[in-house]
Amino acid sequence: MPTTDAPSGAAVVARGLRKTYGGRDVVDGLDLQATAGAVTAVLGPNGAGKTTTVECCEGLRTPDGGTVRVLGLDPVADAVRLRPRVGVMLQDGGLPTGVRAGEMLRHVAAMYAAPRDLGELSARLGLDAFARTTVRRLSGGQRQRLALAAAVVGRPEVVFLDEPSAGLDPQSRHAVWDLVRELRAEGVAVVLTTHLMAEAEDLADRVHVVDHGRVIASGSVPELVASGPGTSPTIRLDARPGLDVDALQEHLGALDGGTWTVAEPSPGEYTVAGRTGPATLAALTAWLADHDVLARRIAVGRRTLEDVFLDLTGRHLR
Amino acid sequence: MSTANPTAAHPGAASPARRVAAQASFETRAILRNGEQLLVTIVVPVLLLVGLVRTSLVELDTAGATRIDFVTPGVLALACVTTAFTSQSIATAFDRRNGVLRLLATTPLGRGGLLAGKILGVLAVEVVQVVVIGGVALALGWQPVLAGLLPAAGLLLLGTAAFTALALLLAGTLRAEGVLAVANLVLVLLVVGGGLIVPPSELPGALAHLAAFLPSGALGEGLRGALLGTGVPALSVVVLVAWTAAFGAGAGRLFRWH
Repeated sequence: MPTTDAPSGAAVVARGLRKTYGGRDVVDGLDLQATAGAVTAVLGPNGAGKTTTVECCEGLRTPDGGTVRVLGLDPVADAVRLRPRVGVMLQDGGLPTGVRAGEMLRHVAAMYAAPRDLGELSARLGLDAFARTTVRRLSGGQRQRLALAAAVVGRPEVVFLDEPSAGLDPQSRHAVWDLVRELRAEGVAVVLTTHLMAEAEDLADRVHVVDHGRVIASGSVPELVASGPGTSPTIRLDARPGLDVDALQEHLGALDGGTWTVAEPSPGEYTVAGRTGPATLAALTAWLADHDVLARRIAVGRRTLEDVFLDLTGRHLR
Repeated sequence: MSTANPTAAHPGAASPARRVAAQASFETRAILRNGEQLLVTIVVPVLLLVGLVRTSLVELDTAGATRIDFVTPGVLALACVTTAFTSQSIATAFDRRNGVLRLLATTPLGRGGLLAGKILGVLAVEVVQVVVIGGVALALGWQPVLAGLLPAAGLLLLGTAAFTALALLLAGTLRAEGVLAVANLVLVLLVVGGGLIVPPSELPGALAHLAAFLPSGALGEGLRGALLGTGVPALSVVVLVAWTAAFGAGAGRLFRWH
């Protein structure tokens, strides 16, 4: 048997994880690590293999290759010992539709010797308002909060949250994020999948960007944002759509002889990347004035996580 | 191998007995509170019992027994099928589709505890059915052979095993909507031509030979034999055991959690 070579503090370690459905590699040699007392985000576009990866870590799927260790144990072979220590929030909720919300939470709590205080948990996630409503009648956000409560009610050491903020209004989202931060402070290893950049930026200590079943970039948010091309500030410009980006690119290039990339990722929103300096802004606004264009907004800043994500995974729809 | 004792208490988990009891009670309440499930498991059998006893719309050769004595065992067999098969297959299929089975499998309950809880939940609902249907039958003049009560209970357990295994086989392999349709259709077919209430020998054509080898016919014949005092046919027990083994093996191999 392979020994557990996880460094101390590593709560979840996946090495070379592979999972195939119908001859297609959904997860293809994926490496991932999550530490206790930290939030690890698995970020990726739809179909990237995020859910399959966490389901292998939860013991719900048996990998076709590679190893997974959670708290040093095999999620499938050692399931009996792991289940009391691991909390799971599934993407589709996993809530029976015919029971009341409060009854469902009490039922999951009955599986643990020393569950969290249900009153306190219900209050902080705002479950009291719909405790007597059947799950069938709950809104998407209410179901998400109930599923999160069920995931943490057993005081787990590791929590897997599959898209915890999907369908949440801003108030609910912040309540969920506060709870996740508190879990981290208590030393829980939190693994969450998301495609919300804000969620990863605000919460995650470490981000694994996943695409086509592999991790294509890993690091803290500042590390990811600092890496890659264009570490000098990018200019964001909002103006009327359809400006001649090639002409603007030439105009800026003529100024300093450098290479400039001007793009219009969505209509009326432009990015200008190159060796941005004080003179760049003057040249840019002069060009706009020549073309009788009034900018609604000009911002100078480094790349966001979304820029990194789109650079890594491409801009095409899938 | 790890040196830790695998049977050592898991500090975070409730005791296995408590987990299974919680699941059984959860399943039982879910069935008894669901209107459609109550209709199929309680109302329909009681209406059939009263209808078959108080009217002669259905010709039955009772071989000298009173109509109520002859019909009640068959209605109890039907009740067992509605809970163990129809209601359980539909509930499990929708729980599977909604991810409930997967979520509960990640809690300390596990897959084994989930199965044990489901079987105990079915048995609890059957106790309610026997009390209600038996009570109505007694009020209508039912006089069961007392020596047959224990064998009848054993047959109901065997029937529950066979039909729960079939329910899980269906629920674990078909889409939820498909299970809903198939489970209701199969129930109607078994009531009409499966030997539950009308004995196999009174069915037309090939069914007369076939129905005794169906789990429904075996359960119906066995319960009639026990409660009418004519003795439980050995064939009934053999047929139910064989179907339980076949459905159980099929469910064990083919059940998909996703």
